[in-house]
Amino acid sequence: MTPQQPRLISRLGKPLVFIASLLPLVWLCWLIRQGQLGANPVETLSHHSGDWSLRFLLLTLAVTPLRRLTGWNRLQQFRRMLGLFTFFYVCLHFGVYLIFDQFFDLRAIIEDVAQRPYITVGFAGWLLLIPLAVTSTHTMIKRLGRNWQRLHRLVYVIGALGVLHYLWLVKADLTEPLVYAGVLAVLLGYRLWWWTRSARIARSIR
Amino acid sequence: MLIKQPADIHPSEITPPELYARRREFLKTAAVFGAAALLPPIMRGTVAQAADDDLKLTPYKDITAYNNFYEFGSSKSDPAENAGSLKTKPWFVAVEGHCEKPGRYTLEDFLAPHPSEERIYRLRCVEAWSMVVPWLGVPLSTILPRFQPTASAKYVEFTTLLDPAQMPGQRTRLLDWPYVEGLRMDEAMNPLTLLATGLYGKELPNQNGAPLRLVVPWKYGFKSIKSIVKIRFTETQPKTTWAISGPGEYGFYANVNPAVDHPRWSQKKERRVGDLFRRETLPFNGYAEQVAGLYTGMDLKTFF
Repeated sequence: MTPQQPRLISRLGKPLVFIASLLPLVWLCWLIRQGQLGANPVETLSHHSGDWSLRFLLLTLAVTPLRRLTGWNRLQQFRRMLGLFTFFYVCLHFGVYLIFDQFFDLRAIIEDVAQRPYITVGFAGWLLLIPLAVTSTHTMIKRLGRNWQRLHRLVYVIGALGVLHYLWLVKADLTEPLVYAGVLAVLLGYRLWWWTRSARIARSIR
Repeated sequence: MLIKQPADIHPSEITPPELYARRREFLKTAAVFGAAALLPPIMRGTVAQAADDDLKLTPYKDITAYNNFYEFGSSKSDPAENAGSLKTKPWFVAVEGHCEKPGRYTLEDFLAPHPSEERIYRLRCVEAWSMVVPWLGVPLSTILPRFQPTASAKYVEFTTLLDPAQMPGQRTRLLDWPYVEGLRMDEAMNPLTLLATGLYGKELPNQNGAPLRLVVPWKYGFKSIKSIVKIRFTETQPKTTWAISGPGEYGFYANVNPAVDHPRWSQKKERRVGDLFRRETLPFNGYAEQVAGLYTGMDLKTFF
């Protein structure tokens, strides 16, 4: 490997991941243009944006375990972008609800959030993502110091809220939400295993 | 034995569906403008628009591609993709329970004495979407008396075909198969209740419940059971599929009611398929005048 190659990857990696992360949006726009969203286009938009929100959330949560398992530390540089794309697709999902489902009817939205558990947890997940997105800049990371990591552990809660949101809205067929729940369980379970192991090693060293 | 010969020419073969749909529109528009002529000029536009929009037919393509029919899968597009495996000819309907003339009839015999008619109904799904469908069928109230239900017949129970070979969804345990629905006798005998055999002047496509389905326009769509093979007169309230699956969420009555929310979502509004935004849901799906009397004295929050 020439010394330039790693630098090339790091220079091209981010733009490539950025473009790839936009593909679901491009695909949605294409479907809209072609009139291929089906009989209930708003529902399709809502489902697609919701699906991609969860996928990006899980992708973001997969970065650290994958980095540790493969030892490919470069993966770390994509984590923030994937996290911000999670926020982006969640906002799209919320926007579809806000505009097409409720048309800015604040009273109906408050009623939904207060009375319907799946909306309560979904809405809470979106709210909790906001501070994470706001504190994702270099300046904020520096300013928050150790608290930054504490704050960003919220993403585990958000993951659980997102999966619950999906689980609680389906009528009878739980297959798809359970797949997401399974992947989330593996990603969080890995962390639990890693922490207990690191704690044990730390103790034995002491 | 009287066997009804199918008509040589279907109405749909004479008139293309687009034009066929418009003949109703023409009649409706004519009627609305006739009535509107009596109103002060400033109100005319609104009346015409509201009436026209409310019963604007949902395109055939959407009615036949966006279905809930778990026997063929749980996604809306599954039925259109998978229902080809259903064999609707020959088809038998068993009539059982508290009646003088039980029996097993071929579909042709079952329907024979009754001419079918067209009914344009709103269809409101419990998931808060709706359509307007031009059904073809026979009012249930003209069929049931033929079997002479006895005084003990308080309810009518309907059952869908059970055959996992033809209905791949039945190989899963999503619901308690076979699908069962039911009506109180007076609901079954209401002139609005239809046994449908077609839509848009054509035979029912399999994904819409061929060859015989119920249509109860003032109730949520899941009451309108598809591909019926059995009709039973009972003395006690039938145990219906979705009520078994989620007793707190789906009731026996399941009347469309914007004032009673589903525990997990609001029923105040609905999205008409084809619309971007939601519209207000009407009590009894807009058929209160014809059916509200069936429920006088009943607390519709308890009997949801």
